[in-house]
Amino acid sequence: MNPTENTTSRPNELEASLRVPLLALFGGAAVWLVVGLGLGLIAGIKFHAPDFLGGCPLFTYGRVAPAANDAVLYGFCIPAALGVALWIFARLSRSPLALPLVPVVAANLWHLGVFVGTAGILLGDSTGHTWLEYPRAAAVLLFAAFLLIAVSAAATFGWRKENPLYPSHWFLLAALLWFPWIYSTANLFLNSNQVPRGVVQPIIAWWFANNLVFVWLALMGIGTAFYFLPKIAGRPLANSGYVLFAFLTLIFFGTWCGIPQSAPVPAWLPVLSSVAAALTLLPLLAITIVTWKTVCGAGVACKGGPFCFIRFGVLCFIISGVLYVSAACPQYSRILEFTWFGTAQTQLQLLGFTAMILFGAVYELLPAVMGKPLPLPKAVRLHSWLGTAGVLLLVVPLVLAGMAQGGKLADATVPFAEVNSAALKFLRISTTGQLLILLGALLFAANILIMTIQWKLGLAKTVIAYIKSPLETAPVTLRSGAGEVKS
Amino acid sequence: MKSGISIFIATLVALGASWCGFVLAPTLQLGGAKQTVVLQSTDNWPLQRTGAATLGLQVYRAYGCAACHTEQVRQDGAAFEVTLTDLGTHKPDEFTAFAKSLFVLPELADYTNAMSDNLKGWNGGVPKALLVCTDKDIASEMGDRLKAAGVNSETRIVATGPDITRGWGSRLSVAADYLYDQPVQLGSLRAGPDLANIGVRAPDARWQLQHLYAPKSITPGSTMPSFKFLFEVRPKINGEASPEALTLPKEFAAEAGYEVVPKPEAKELAAYLLSLKANVPLYEAPFTPLAATK
Repeated sequence: MNPTENTTSRPNELEASLRVPLLALFGGAAVWLVVGLGLGLIAGIKFHAPDFLGGCPLFTYGRVAPAANDAVLYGFCIPAALGVALWIFARLSRSPLALPLVPVVAANLWHLGVFVGTAGILLGDSTGHTWLEYPRAAAVLLFAAFLLIAVSAAATFGWRKENPLYPSHWFLLAALLWFPWIYSTANLFLNSNQVPRGVVQPIIAWWFANNLVFVWLALMGIGTAFYFLPKIAGRPLANSGYVLFAFLTLIFFGTWCGIPQSAPVPAWLPVLSSVAAALTLLPLLAITIVTWKTVCGAGVACKGGPFCFIRFGVLCFIISGVLYVSAACPQYSRILEFTWFGTAQTQLQLLGFTAMILFGAVYELLPAVMGKPLPLPKAVRLHSWLGTAGVLLLVVPLVLAGMAQGGKLADATVPFAEVNSAALKFLRISTTGQLLILLGALLFAANILIMTIQWKLGLAKTVIAYIKSPLETAPVTLRSGAGEVKS
Repeated sequence: MKSGISIFIATLVALGASWCGFVLAPTLQLGGAKQTVVLQSTDNWPLQRTGAATLGLQVYRAYGCAACHTEQVRQDGAAFEVTLTDLGTHKPDEFTAFAKSLFVLPELADYTNAMSDNLKGWNGGVPKALLVCTDKDIASEMGDRLKAAGVNSETRIVATGPDITRGWGSRLSVAADYLYDQPVQLGSLRAGPDLANIGVRAPDARWQLQHLYAPKSITPGSTMPSFKFLFEVRPKINGEASPEALTLPKEFAAEAGYEVVPKPEAKELAAYLLSLKANVPLYEAPFTPLAATK
């Protein structure tokens, strides 16, 4: 079951077909990551100095905070994960990317959608539903772009030369189906002219948020990790039976989580959700065992390389999953609900789990795709340290803040101002974590953008040489890398 | 998982089931919800908001107020509360001494202690909550004894829990409260206090506007940002302040000859905040309102 294949027929063609789509997806993603983390830092500073940038309605906390979260999720996590998935599909199919122009168009549409959405939130056009803030125009663009990328990925999968399916296939294919369904449902119900009345709105919004932030990211992240971990470790993925079990329990139980315990809705909804959350411990356990057996004793020196990123990412997923399940437990939720604990869990899911796995995957696959090493190889190691330290400094204080805040909130004799100031001490540390993550993201963006510029310069040189070449001689054959533009 | 089709089917079944459960079923159960009736009354609930408050809900959404404020009160349980409504001819200190002798049995000492705690520093104002207990017999027996002593009291069903004790509401929030919200913004973080009943707690529009303009002028040390951009600082006309101008403490006031007046958005937001009142008993969230405020 291990995808340690060497691409057989014409490896250059396979990598070359991915060059333009991946640069388009990753380049925009890197920019949005920096933008999102920058906005997040502004939002964080506002808790220490409430009137920082206070004169400007664009940067009021209630707009900056969702804009920052959405820029990281929709701007970075989703397009970068799709790019990595396209590469994995092509590799596992041992064939070039099908319809390579489609994802290029889609990547630009997607990033345009994120721009429209971010601008919409900052201008006050948010829908008001968490994780679904983007206004209608942006939602249409994102949906269309996702479908286009999914078509290209499905075609690559359909035309594969290798018949058997790998575990990564399960996770990534499910994710390709998952997103269009949940995104269209959420937008048709909540972002249309005829919205359902009353609390049906938050119920659908919770269903959507859980299926996107918890299940979809888990499918993408674990699917990616289960491709790269065995590949880098040079040994097969352990216990494929457990992997299948993890996949099925994740999609069957994980999708029912997400309704808060004290929600003002019919009681059967939160009860069902909390039972499902308890059952979600099963895939978490299975993924822990598989990863442990694959990674331990592999004898791979980590040295801040891609392996390091991905291993840390899976660890974050397991911790984030445990936090998620514990927050759905009625006793704990009484304390932890409405506190920074929830923020800690989502930030761990986005920046600790998804982002770290994607960083590792991109650092691993980009040199192969571009046919040359990364322009700043030392920055990868620095990024690994900054990312790890940043995630710890961001998430651990937020968890503690949530516990302190929740404990004081539950004691009515503690005045509310004191509840708030109990959390503020911890927020100061977590803002430092945000800063470290932002610095790491700048290194990531620098690597990708320099690579893109170098590649474009190389392309320009080839074209100039082609134009300058004397007409009577045979035209210079285009270097591989410029070739796919014609297709 | 040998083929793409089996993955497709597994995904379809898994997500389809949760779609039916969490999208379709709630829509069928609650999507056609209508106004309900207030408990022991013929009034309807909830009431449609006024025009300004409906616009204000959109201001609340546009500035993302729900990022820091919830609109949802939680409740742990219910209990009986004995409230003193009329002292009769007695003096407060006489009554405090009498309250200590109400329960003589040693196993009821807890009630006596709780009551003396409640009466500590009491200046004689009524209504005054004396005792909250979950035992109905104790509550009604106490009412009888108070009556025999010539003191009027009322036994009410009250909600309990930290949110209720903080004064954030008189009962838990239920689905019916949100019937006319579009979008419903429950919020998920209490970086600021709950707002489900802010219209009950702070029913003065001028207070709301001043708080929006300069939160620190009302709550020193507040982490709420000032929403200055919803206000206009303009020169007074002929040195006379507009009736709408805010009256601010010196350190927050505009410079001499200028005044701070709310823009329409600020007035709408204040109207929305004043409309946030979930203080009537419902079938699914019962409590007894105080007779004086009925």
